[in-house]
Amino acid sequence: MKHSRKEVTIVVDGKKMVCPEGESLLKVAQANGVFIPALCYFDHVDPPLGTCRVCTVKVKGKYTAGCQVKAQEGLEVEVMSPELLDHRKAVVEMLFTEGNHICPLCEKSGKCVLQALGYEMGMDTPRFTFTFPGREIDYKPKHIIMEHHRCIQCKRCVEEVFTDDGKPVFYFQQRGKETVVAVDYEQEARLTYEQAHRAMEICPVGTILLKEDTIDTPGYRKYDKMPISAVSPAVEATLAAPRTESAPEVKKKTVATVSLAGCFGCHMSMLDMDLNLLDLIQLVTFNRSPFTDIKQFTTRCDIGLIEGGCCSDENVEVLRKFRENCEILVSVGACAINGNLPALRNWMPLEQTMEEAYLQSATSDETAVIPHHEDLPKILDKVYPCHEVVKIDYFIPGCPPGADHIYKVVQNLLFGTKFNVPYEEFKYD
Amino acid sequence: MQKERMYLLDHLWDCQNARGYLSDEDVVQVSSAFGLSPVDVEGVISFYHFFQRKPAGKYTIYLNNSILSRFHGFEEVKAAFERETGALTGSTDQTGTFGLFETSCIGLSDREPAALINFQPFTNLTPEKVHYIIQELKSGTAPAALADAIEEQVQYKPEGDKAILFREFEPGIVLNRLRDFSPDQVIAQIKESGLSGRGGAFFPTGLKWELCRKAKGRKKYIVCNADEGEPGTFKDRALLNLMPQLLLEGMIVAGYAVGAQEGIIYLRAEYTWLLPKLNEELKIYRKKGFLRHRIPELNNYKFDIRVQLGAGAYICGEETSLLESLEGKRGEPRLKTFFPTEKGFLGKPTVVNNVETLCAAARILELGVERFEKLGTPSSTGTKLLSIAGDCKRPGLYEIEWGMRVGELLEMCGAENPGFIQMSGPSGELISAEEKDRVISCDDIRCGGSVMIFHAGRDLFTILYNFSAFFTHESCGLCTPCRAGNPQLLHLLEKVIRGQATAGDVSKMQQWSAIVKHNSRCGLGQTAPNTLEQAIHKFPQLFQDRLVQEDRFNQEFDLEKALRNYNQLTHEA
Repeated sequence: MKHSRKEVTIVVDGKKMVCPEGESLLKVAQANGVFIPALCYFDHVDPPLGTCRVCTVKVKGKYTAGCQVKAQEGLEVEVMSPELLDHRKAVVEMLFTEGNHICPLCEKSGKCVLQALGYEMGMDTPRFTFTFPGREIDYKPKHIIMEHHRCIQCKRCVEEVFTDDGKPVFYFQQRGKETVVAVDYEQEARLTYEQAHRAMEICPVGTILLKEDTIDTPGYRKYDKMPISAVSPAVEATLAAPRTESAPEVKKKTVATVSLAGCFGCHMSMLDMDLNLLDLIQLVTFNRSPFTDIKQFTTRCDIGLIEGGCCSDENVEVLRKFRENCEILVSVGACAINGNLPALRNWMPLEQTMEEAYLQSATSDETAVIPHHEDLPKILDKVYPCHEVVKIDYFIPGCPPGADHIYKVVQNLLFGTKFNVPYEEFKYD
Repeated sequence: MQKERMYLLDHLWDCQNARGYLSDEDVVQVSSAFGLSPVDVEGVISFYHFFQRKPAGKYTIYLNNSILSRFHGFEEVKAAFERETGALTGSTDQTGTFGLFETSCIGLSDREPAALINFQPFTNLTPEKVHYIIQELKSGTAPAALADAIEEQVQYKPEGDKAILFREFEPGIVLNRLRDFSPDQVIAQIKESGLSGRGGAFFPTGLKWELCRKAKGRKKYIVCNADEGEPGTFKDRALLNLMPQLLLEGMIVAGYAVGAQEGIIYLRAEYTWLLPKLNEELKIYRKKGFLRHRIPELNNYKFDIRVQLGAGAYICGEETSLLESLEGKRGEPRLKTFFPTEKGFLGKPTVVNNVETLCAAARILELGVERFEKLGTPSSTGTKLLSIAGDCKRPGLYEIEWGMRVGELLEMCGAENPGFIQMSGPSGELISAEEKDRVISCDDIRCGGSVMIFHAGRDLFTILYNFSAFFTHESCGLCTPCRAGNPQLLHLLEKVIRGQATAGDVSKMQQWSAIVKHNSRCGLGQTAPNTLEQAIHKFPQLFQDRLVQEDRFNQEFDLEKALRNYNQLTHEA
């Protein structure tokens, strides 16, 4: 195809950009330092896939996928309005809640585009209900594993992965929320190592994994230090905004903490505050908390920090007590926010989990029973994020969240001081 | 020789009709016949809900679960079917004789509850009638012999001789008229008449034809959208049932005007019972030399029409999904990079018109532009077919002049104490009985044909839940907001219905509705939250009455329920 290289001027959020006519908006914007996030977009696929809808922009007041917009003289596009930013974030959040995205477990963590967009957009508060769908992992293909829990149905692999003789390898099956990417095993076996490796690379999440070497460069985490939009000066500017330091003098506040269905890792992280801890105890007293070993509330508290989700009736009872006794409740860490590792049982029946744990384990014999006694906590049908049980006021993502991150949030809650969490401290794992 | 992919759906139907379902061998056989991967074929099969991969009974029953069915005895009828057949909904009985399934609206809203048994229509069902039907089937009577005849009830047409569609039709008359005009003259007449898309999109028909005529390419297609899937509508059914010849002539007119060689009627599988009638007419038209033969009087113009049966997917009413489906693929909507008039079926210039549009075009040639454009309003000329059903004395078909007031309509059909009126189906507009002065035209209520009337005693939330579940079920799954957003809206509605929602949840519904509407890829997602949005806006008190006070505990969490599994497990142990 012959390109007419006619130059045109388009206007993105009031900013003029000169580019060749017919160029994709996403490319033009990127080249001019405006990052329009997208998950399904490939610059060479035409027409674009247009499935993820993260790149939605407004042209002449009409909403449209940014990947579909081609540069034309006089084109005016709205990209970064508060409304569009919120919608974009909502679509990313929808993807997180319709699948099972447990970042600490995922091979792609640190390189995952979905996760990177979560960081980019500051996804810290769960808006939609986690659905914990029952999905499977397909080990049958020759080169790859299909980790369907993490699939976001972007269709990249369906449209992009072919054998040497041009046969597709991946297909969509089913419809609606049941839509699943199925593998043609015969063709998949014919992929070369490089082709299979590329399939893993183009998967924006951790669904397509190579059996042989999933982690090609251990420790390499592409999006850890720099946001996916790193080229955008606008975003860098916000990131570089100065942090507010010391806090004004006020009366001591009372803090309570607890670990529900978690691993105490978040509490360890709190202890990692090191010297800040000394500052902190000048400002607060701890009431009910493992730090003090106070087991019952002895006074009403200003802040309750909750680690872990609810896996038993005891967790629920404790969480409700916290709600009754604390002005502000904070979910600290991934387990409190989305169930995280303990929620790995959420997409199988409780019966299967209990049998696996107590009846069929390596050390169980024929006398084994599922433990139950009036003094033992009862296990819930699934692990519930804390905000599904009580109202949670704030959320601190991470597994665990960094000590500094927790410190800053607490400081902010106590004194209302503004703060910024530096990009590299904002993590889901 | 390898078969062309566009015949894949036909071939799958043949296999399923022979066996009652698609077996593993069928999939292998079909794949090799078409040179496709079995995984690809499975992808197509699983997209359409009438394709069954497991035995679905010698008699396969699809009971309509649309809102009108629900309000007119669905639960009792479903229970009767389960009792009489021994099959639980979603499965077959132990002997494999009966398969019982639910399905979305089957285009029989004026006689609900209705069901299809081996794709034959059974209407006005009651537990007694179900008992009789199943007894008869068990004793060997064929479903076709038992099925109800669908007599169309034309309740109203403009007085005098003003009706455009519902009037006698003399087959061949339009083709006779066509001789007097060149293709350009036909297009000029259609443009002059002001005819616009009757499926509800209101795109000017003449312009569409002109675009297609001017599009480059020798091979062009006319596609008739007879995938009348919007719950509550059945006006296309009536046209196909009463005067299929008018449609065929409309398609020939369109084909002649744009220079197309082939026409395809995409008929929804729910109307399989109309297929023999259509095929019979096609035979007659071919015999008469109107189809498949050069027509000397029309400059040796040659055209042919075939029918493509759908397989159960609401999304295929969206024109680009319909084109994908015609090509033997999953009915996923295309990006709107091109109009179908540029790149449509198989990438060739294609006109996609609704049944009613094509019929009206034929009538314009027959009756003349003047008679057509005199009717209606200046911006919406001609007449419009409405299918009215629900809580009214005279359900059925209404041919109205554009510009009629809602109040007149309600009076005409004998609406009984109307509370809510759903115009244009779940994706359309919910109006209250107070909005009597609203006008049906392209400037106000842009009605596609579905009118559902609910009396004031009907529960709004049952309606909203039914619609939301419908969209969740029918979303194709291609884009995030529609696939993942509709289930989230459904969940909030459930919360309202269970009396656990707070005012915050209602404002979430409003925000999320906007997110789904503004970010979805096609019309399905872009309109799915319409009714919910309007309900919140127009009936705030009804929501208010269902809400609980915002407090610091989540009312939805039910500890007892969450412990039920564990208690059962340990109790048994």
